[in-house]
Amino acid sequence: MRTILYLIRKEFLQIFRNKFIGRAIFGVPIIQMLILVPAVTFEMKNISLCIVDKDMTPESRGLISRLDGSTFFHYRYTTFSESQARQLMNANKCTLVLEIPRGFGKDTGNGIPGRIMASINAINSSTAQLTWAYLNGVLRDYNADIIRQNPGSLSGQPVPIIQVTNRYWYNEKLVYSHYMVPGILGILVTAIGFILAGLNMVREKEIGTIEQINVTPVRKYQFIISKMAPFLIIGLIDLALGMVLGKLFFKVPFEGSVALLFLCSTIFLIAILGFALFISTFAGTQQQFMFIAFFCMIIFILMSGIFTPLESMPGWAQRVDLVNPVAYIMRINRMVILKGSTISDISRDIWSLVAIAVSFTFFAVKRYRKTA
Amino acid sequence: MQTVIESSGICKKFGETVALDNITFNVGESEIFGLIGPDGAGKTTLFRIITTISLPDSGSMKVLGLDAIAGFRELRRRIGYMPGRFSLYQDLSVEENLEFYATVFGTTVKENYDLISDIYSHIEPFKKRLAGKLSGGMKQKLALSCALIHKPDLLVLDEPTTGVDAVSRQEFWDMLRKLRQHNITIIVSTPYMDEAMRCDRVGLIQGGRILTVDNPENIRTGFSAILYRIRAAEKYRLLIALRKYSGISSAYPFGDSVHATFRTGRIDESFREFLRSEGMENVTIEESPADIEDRFLELMAAVKTEQGK
Repeated sequence: MRTILYLIRKEFLQIFRNKFIGRAIFGVPIIQMLILVPAVTFEMKNISLCIVDKDMTPESRGLISRLDGSTFFHYRYTTFSESQARQLMNANKCTLVLEIPRGFGKDTGNGIPGRIMASINAINSSTAQLTWAYLNGVLRDYNADIIRQNPGSLSGQPVPIIQVTNRYWYNEKLVYSHYMVPGILGILVTAIGFILAGLNMVREKEIGTIEQINVTPVRKYQFIISKMAPFLIIGLIDLALGMVLGKLFFKVPFEGSVALLFLCSTIFLIAILGFALFISTFAGTQQQFMFIAFFCMIIFILMSGIFTPLESMPGWAQRVDLVNPVAYIMRINRMVILKGSTISDISRDIWSLVAIAVSFTFFAVKRYRKTA
Repeated sequence: MQTVIESSGICKKFGETVALDNITFNVGESEIFGLIGPDGAGKTTLFRIITTISLPDSGSMKVLGLDAIAGFRELRRRIGYMPGRFSLYQDLSVEENLEFYATVFGTTVKENYDLISDIYSHIEPFKKRLAGKLSGGMKQKLALSCALIHKPDLLVLDEPTTGVDAVSRQEFWDMLRKLRQHNITIIVSTPYMDEAMRCDRVGLIQGGRILTVDNPENIRTGFSAILYRIRAAEKYRLLIALRKYSGISSAYPFGDSVHATFRTGRIDESFREFLRSEGMENVTIEESPADIEDRFLELMAAVKTEQGK
């Protein structure tokens, strides 16, 4: 035990003796939070509409005025030329081109289905889907109105209408930063633990100090623990820092228990550190480690469900995520912070995380022994 | 005399390359045993097996009476190892490094200070300095201090004097001599043949095989031919000329002269004629006793011709 404490002390001494790393450890997470949280957002902004009205009847104007009435579209262009509309779309000036052909008013008046054409820029698929859904909603209302105004057209029966009132639970105003903060907290802890611990281990190999350590009575597990503990502590401090920032700058409500959050993050960090040390046993140089670490991190993070919900991933990807610790912490962070989940709500995730942490660390110790 | 290292039939391969081939030798208590050989001879590999951080493919290695494989835990407590590459923490100070290794071995600097005081006193004025900022000679002294701080029974030094200036090398060997008073057995490797004379016994290793093990004086006198020390103003031209001469057996440059042996044993008049025909003037030739290096070169050449066949 004394040896472990001494080894850990030595690690801290080295970390903070390196002025750059010593500062970056706390500076980088702050910058990461302040940049990523406001920047990464799915909120729809600057969605513009272009209308090509070739009909110019009261019916067509009625439809247009409905679209105008919303705040969904940022700006409206009007033109009579299809090619000009296409140019606007090409120049990324508008997201939706709505073309109302001549005869639209006449047809609807005569009971013939009116035809319009909507072209949506689908470069960003989620924007396109939302725009389409919105347009659909407007058209549905418009349709219902036409039916109501022409009672003769539908055998005079009253039109049943279902009124839907919705409420968004756990993030009522759909503030995107509230959704992102728990996710970014997860990434922040991942990056610190993964990169720093792995590099530290490989550096000992690269410089040759591990050779000297290997001939001492220091046991493998002592060495591994001494490599994990400092970054575990630093990761938790960074987590606390990130939470304070989230509260101060982004007003994220912390519904759940902070202690639970830290407990989960501790288990998560052990898993990540174990994995980093496991990889470091394969790498001979810091460059090699960074190369592998970069790919693993990208996969871990992008598959974690931080941007896209896990449920929308293909089945095999969801199964891969069973061993992705970042996916667990992402879910846990959001559940605890936004939903106020208790330990029993997330016990399944916690146990899975424990299993991952134990096995990664086990493999790291096992591999390290072989190379020595 | 008790045997500290007992190596018998040690073999080690890295892929197709044979690093160690049937290495058998003994090192006695309180001996300074020198392992001399060129780069790539297998010195480091052998040391890694002695220090329990590498496993032999076959053969048995007994260190301090313990099997190097089964008794590794106990051995690591009792061996001090100084790897060839400086492998202390460069970002820790002199003092912190020493303290670190003391603690890791479960002891304190104070407890064994008398053992290292001779060496450490040289670098103590710089104890707050980072190890990475020390000069080569000081780094080496620090590394030796760290290898000694737990009072090991066996000290394993892998090329401790490589890249160190001549004065520091001299000092280093004086320090090793002094360590014998503390009953510490030392096995040291070096590519410098002149350091061989400072060991109690010497093993010559080449291509993973031990060519000979003996005390330096016996090795030196084992030289089988008559050695001539030949000097000329242009040493390189002389060497080229000598190697062209049909009666030559060996010719190696040594300092300002060339050491040569002849098939005929003694030099005859035809050699002097040959030199004249080559245009070499003012050549001094004298018979001389062989150095240990001459013997090494002779042994190595013998192995090479044998392998050539």
